[in-house]
Amino acid sequence: MTPSVAQPRSLDDAVEALRTAIDPTVLAGGTDLMVAINAGSRRPTSVVSLIRVPELQGWHRDGDEVVLGACLTYAEIERGELASLVPALAQAARTIGSPQIRNAATLGGNLGTASPAGDSLPVLAALDATVETIGPDGVRTLPVLEFVTGVKRTALRAQEIITAVRVPVLRGPQEFLKVGTRNAMVISVVMAALVIDLDGRSVRLGLGSVAPVPVRARDAEALAEGSVDWDTARIGDQTVFGRFGELAAESTAPIDDHRSTAAYRRHAVSVCARRALERALR
Amino acid sequence: MTDSVTFQLTVNGADRVVEGAWLGESLLYVLRERLGLPGAKNACEQGECGSCSVRVDGTLVCACLVLGASAAGSEVVTVEGVAGDAGGLTDVQQAFLSQGAVQCGFCTPGLVMTVHDLLERNPTPTEVELREAISGNLCRCTGYGRILAAAQAVVAERSGSGRSQRETPS
Repeated sequence: MTPSVAQPRSLDDAVEALRTAIDPTVLAGGTDLMVAINAGSRRPTSVVSLIRVPELQGWHRDGDEVVLGACLTYAEIERGELASLVPALAQAARTIGSPQIRNAATLGGNLGTASPAGDSLPVLAALDATVETIGPDGVRTLPVLEFVTGVKRTALRAQEIITAVRVPVLRGPQEFLKVGTRNAMVISVVMAALVIDLDGRSVRLGLGSVAPVPVRARDAEALAEGSVDWDTARIGDQTVFGRFGELAAESTAPIDDHRSTAAYRRHAVSVCARRALERALR
Repeated sequence: MTDSVTFQLTVNGADRVVEGAWLGESLLYVLRERLGLPGAKNACEQGECGSCSVRVDGTLVCACLVLGASAAGSEVVTVEGVAGDAGGLTDVQQAFLSQGAVQCGFCTPGLVMTVHDLLERNPTPTEVELREAISGNLCRCTGYGRILAAAQAVVAERSGSGRSQRETPS
């Protein structure tokens, strides 16, 4: 078998390259894949690079939603108009890696890798994002919580790729908090993404690094939604914030690992959730 | 040669053919081991240290995280391609020397690339912006104080004297 690195210049060519390649490895920004290759834990025999596929680049507004191309980089997410449309995602983007990493790493890659510590995942969970894919059997659309199925596992089928992520533009505050061992170049120990939808009168809390997959803290959300004065966008009962954090922690299933302990993660996630709600609605 | 790949890179303005490479080789490996350009340093191989920072199509990235073969068709600039007048030092490189920002020197090429990249996009960074810009470049010697001083000296010189980078004496 001849090894190959395909660099398709259109989505049709990318689909065809994936269909015809033998055991293809999909490459986007490379910030996960190359680490694995450099460490010798992956040894691809053929690679399909998506980074030059124009349909996967950039983002555009579509009514009340924003369509984020799979190859959109964190550097593009963290600033400009997009950052004001989806502020929690921009806040998450700013915490990721270093400028060099954010220049290369893509949203689609973060989803495709589906690490429990993937920084965009709790934000996308809080936003009820949908993931759009294409493959030999056509296009599919999945809610992000159905797309991520386990630790580094997704609902992607063979020869399928992510094409875009669709998120709503919402009126209301958004927050992203992350705990790690330092400020730069850190893999998250705990993440909390809070999205308030003032028009839909909903509070959505996505949590990351505290379970095999991103988690929505439904009980905490229900408590907050029942406590908000929607006319002023404030929570008057000061006991709600602490209880919100406790309920958030109860919705997680953290583990002890080399980065932290389950007990610390439970504590930290309750603090992050409480602070996020205080910043948004106190 | 059924298990190797051949491709062409554009590095520092020159077309370079890479023959018989393993498909999974990083751009960093290709630069250092196949093209004889050891300016980008190899340390962590996971994007943590920034010592292999290069520009690909004008964007600062870690060369260790770029699949070499996927850079075919891109413009790659390494620290070897960064030079002042007559191949002399740039103002950034000179400031690193003048300000004592070089100790063991291992991180220096990556930091020089990073500071050039920053000042091209943002000629007058705040200290916070400067610290953020170099947050992906680890230096285990200096404590960063002299590196920040060097970058700030370049900012002051470029804005104060109005001299361009290429007019800076070395």
